[in-house]
Amino acid sequence: MTINKRTFTQAAWDFFCSLKLSISLLICLAATSVIGTVIPQSPQREYLAHLTETKIRLYSTLGFFDMYHSWWFILLLYLLTVNLVACSIKRLPRVWKFISEPNLVLDDGLEKSLSLTHEFKKQGDAAALRDKMTAFLKGEFAEPVVTERDGEFHLFAQKNPYCRLGVYVVHSSIIIIFIGALIGSYFGFKAYVQITEGMSTSTVYMMQRGEKPLDLGFAVRCEKFSASFYDTGAPKEFKSILTILENGQPVKGYENIPIVVNDPLTYKGITFYQSSYGPAGDGAVYRFTVKDKKVGTPVNLMVRKGERVSLPNGGYLQVVDATQEVRTFMPQFSGPAAKVETFSSSGTPDTFILFKNFPDFDRQRGGDLIFTYEGGDEKFYTGLQVAKDPGVWTVWTGCALMIVGICMAFFLSHKRIWIRVVNGRVTIAGTASKNQPGFQLFFDNLIDKLKNV
Amino acid sequence: MTSSLLFNVTTLAYMISMLIFFGFMATRNKTVGLAASSLAYFGFIVQTIAIILRWKESYTMGVGHAPLSNLYESVVFFSWTIILIYGIIEFKYKYRVVGAFVVPFALLGMAWAQLYLDSGIQPLVPALQSNWLLYHVITCFLGYAAFAVACGISIMYLIKEKQEGPTGDSAAGGIIAQFPATKVLDDLNYKAIMIGFPLLTLGIVTGAAWANYAWGTYWSWDPKETWSLIVWFIYAAFLHARITRGWVGKRAAILSVVGFAATIFCYLGVNLFLSGLHSYGK
Repeated sequence: MTINKRTFTQAAWDFFCSLKLSISLLICLAATSVIGTVIPQSPQREYLAHLTETKIRLYSTLGFFDMYHSWWFILLLYLLTVNLVACSIKRLPRVWKFISEPNLVLDDGLEKSLSLTHEFKKQGDAAALRDKMTAFLKGEFAEPVVTERDGEFHLFAQKNPYCRLGVYVVHSSIIIIFIGALIGSYFGFKAYVQITEGMSTSTVYMMQRGEKPLDLGFAVRCEKFSASFYDTGAPKEFKSILTILENGQPVKGYENIPIVVNDPLTYKGITFYQSSYGPAGDGAVYRFTVKDKKVGTPVNLMVRKGERVSLPNGGYLQVVDATQEVRTFMPQFSGPAAKVETFSSSGTPDTFILFKNFPDFDRQRGGDLIFTYEGGDEKFYTGLQVAKDPGVWTVWTGCALMIVGICMAFFLSHKRIWIRVVNGRVTIAGTASKNQPGFQLFFDNLIDKLKNV
Repeated sequence: MTSSLLFNVTTLAYMISMLIFFGFMATRNKTVGLAASSLAYFGFIVQTIAIILRWKESYTMGVGHAPLSNLYESVVFFSWTIILIYGIIEFKYKYRVVGAFVVPFALLGMAWAQLYLDSGIQPLVPALQSNWLLYHVITCFLGYAAFAVACGISIMYLIKEKQEGPTGDSAAGGIIAQFPATKVLDDLNYKAIMIGFPLLTLGIVTGAAWANYAWGTYWSWDPKETWSLIVWFIYAAFLHARITRGWVGKRAAILSVVGFAATIFCYLGVNLFLSGLHSYGK
C-alpha cells in the first residue's frame, strides 16, 4: 500500500514536472482562448436573440459567455502555475549548484566531455606559467580561480553564469503577474459614472454585474465637457474639466483639472479616465426661428428638451434629438443640427432635420412654416471610467522581470574556460551555453594570443 | 518627390528582388544572389526615406503624427520591418537564400497597401494621441516581422525535409540543394523566434501599459489582446518544444508556421472579422 502511494505521488510529481505538460497546457490555452474572441463576452440581448435555445444553454453551461473567468479556463491557468513551480523546484537547485560550485579542475573526464580543447608546449615551470596564465585570463576573459592538485595547476574562469537563471526569472515573473492580478481583483475595482456639466457625484457604478454602487468618500464635479472635431468629422479631442470635492469643498490642487483620453486624473489612488460623453437630456434649451410663408415676420422659439411649444399656425413643435456636430451622422453636412417633430393644428405629424449652418435648407421642404435652427445651450454629461488597482505595480514588476529574464535567457551566454598547467605544457578547454560557433572563433583567437604570451 | 511615388519604387524593387532571388535559387550564381539582396536593401532604403517623408507630409498637412496610425501605414511598416529583420539575420548568419522566402512577404504587404488600401493621411483620433502608440506599434511589428522570417525559414525547412526525408541521406538535387542544411534551417528558425519573442512580449507589455494609462485596465480580454496572447502561447510552446526530445525539426517548423498564421490573424483577422478596441486599425 505504501509502495503504491509512493509511486502515485512520484507519478503525480513527474507529471507536474514534465515539459510535455507545459507544451500541452500552452497549446490548450492558445486554442481555448480563441473561443472568447469568437463568441461575444457578456453579450447583448440582440446577440442572444439569434441563438437557438440549445446553443444558449450549452454556451452558458460551458461558461462561454464569460470564458476567461470560467472554472475550466482558470483551472488551466492554475495548472500552468503548478507546472511552472514544480519545474522550477525540480531544476533550480541543480542549476544553482552548477553556478555556485563550478567544476574547478580540468580532469580527464571533463576534458573528454568538452569539444573545444587545445594543448601546447610552453617554456617555464608550472608556477611561473600559472602566474602568466592567470594574468592572461584576467586581462582577456575573466578573473580565474586557481586550484592546485597533484602538482598541476587548474585555472577556471567564467562569464555570465547567472544567465542560466534567466528561465527561472521568467517563470517567477509570470507568478508575480498573477499575484498582481489577484491583488487587483480583490482590492481594486472598475467602475463607471456619468456626470452632467455643473453637477457632482460621489457614487460610482461597478462594471461587474450585480455589484452594489460604491461611495468614493469624496465627490467629483464636472465643470465642463467639450468635444472638438477635425474638418473630416473625425473626433479630435474629448475633454472634461473636473474638480475634486471633499465635504463639498474643492480640494487644493485638484480644481479645474482638464482630463482627455490618454491623460487621466488620479486622486487618493482612484483614477478617472475620459471614456464617453453625451447630451445630458434635461436642461437643454434649443433656439429656433419660425416664419410663415405668407406673413413673413420671424418668430423666435425657445424649446426645452421634452417640451412642446405652440406654433403660430396653432400646431406644436418638439425636439426629438440634437447634436453639436452632425457630420458624424450625416457626412454631407456640418455643424449643429436638430431633429424636430411638428404637429399641425389637425394633428398631422411631420419629422425633419434643421441645420444651423444651412439656414435656407428648410425652404426645400415646402411647408407653410419655415424653420431655422439657431443653436442650443445643450448640457453634456461626461462618461468617466473610474478605477483603482493596487496590484498594478506588482504586474509591472512582473512584466519588467519577464523582459529581463527573457533577455538573460536568450542573449547572454554562460562561457567557461579552463587552463591546466604542468611543467612546460599548457592545456586549455572551453564551452559556452549558447552560440557555440561564435564562441569557437573567440576560443581560437584566445589560443593564438596565449601562445605569444 | 512624394512618399507615394517612393513607395511605388519600393514595391517594384521588392518585386524584382524576389524574381532575382528565384533566379538565384535556379542558377546558384553568387553574383545573382548578391544582386537580389542588394536590390532588397535598395528598396529598404527607399522605403525608409518614404516613411520619413510621409511623416513630414503629415506635419505639412497640420495633423503631424508618426505614420503608424491606420491599416495602410501599418502594412507598409510591417514590410519595412520584415526586410530589416531579414537583413539582420543575413548579416549575422550569412544565409542569403532565405531572402527568397522572406522578400515575398514584404512584397505582398507593399503590393496590397499600394493597390487596395486607402493611403490618405488622417489626423489622429483621441484614443491614439499618445506616445505609447510609437513604442507599442514598433515593438509589435518588429516581433511580427521576426515571426514572418521564421515562417519563411520553416517553409524552406519543410520543403527540404520532404525532399530529403527526415534522416537527410538522399541528397536533394536542383533548387532545393541550394537551401541550407535542415539542421541549419532549424537553428535559424529558432534564432528568428528568439528575436521575435522578446519583442512580442515587449509589444504586449507596452500595449497593457498604454491600456492601463488610457482606460484604467491593463488587460480586458479584448480580441486583439487575446489573440496577441494566443500568439505568445504558441511561441512559448515552441521555445519549450525546442528543449524536448521529438519536438525539434519538423514539429518545430510546423509550430512556427502555425504561430505566424496566428500572428497574421492577430494583426489582420481580428480587425476584419472580430470587433473590439482596435477597430480603428481598419
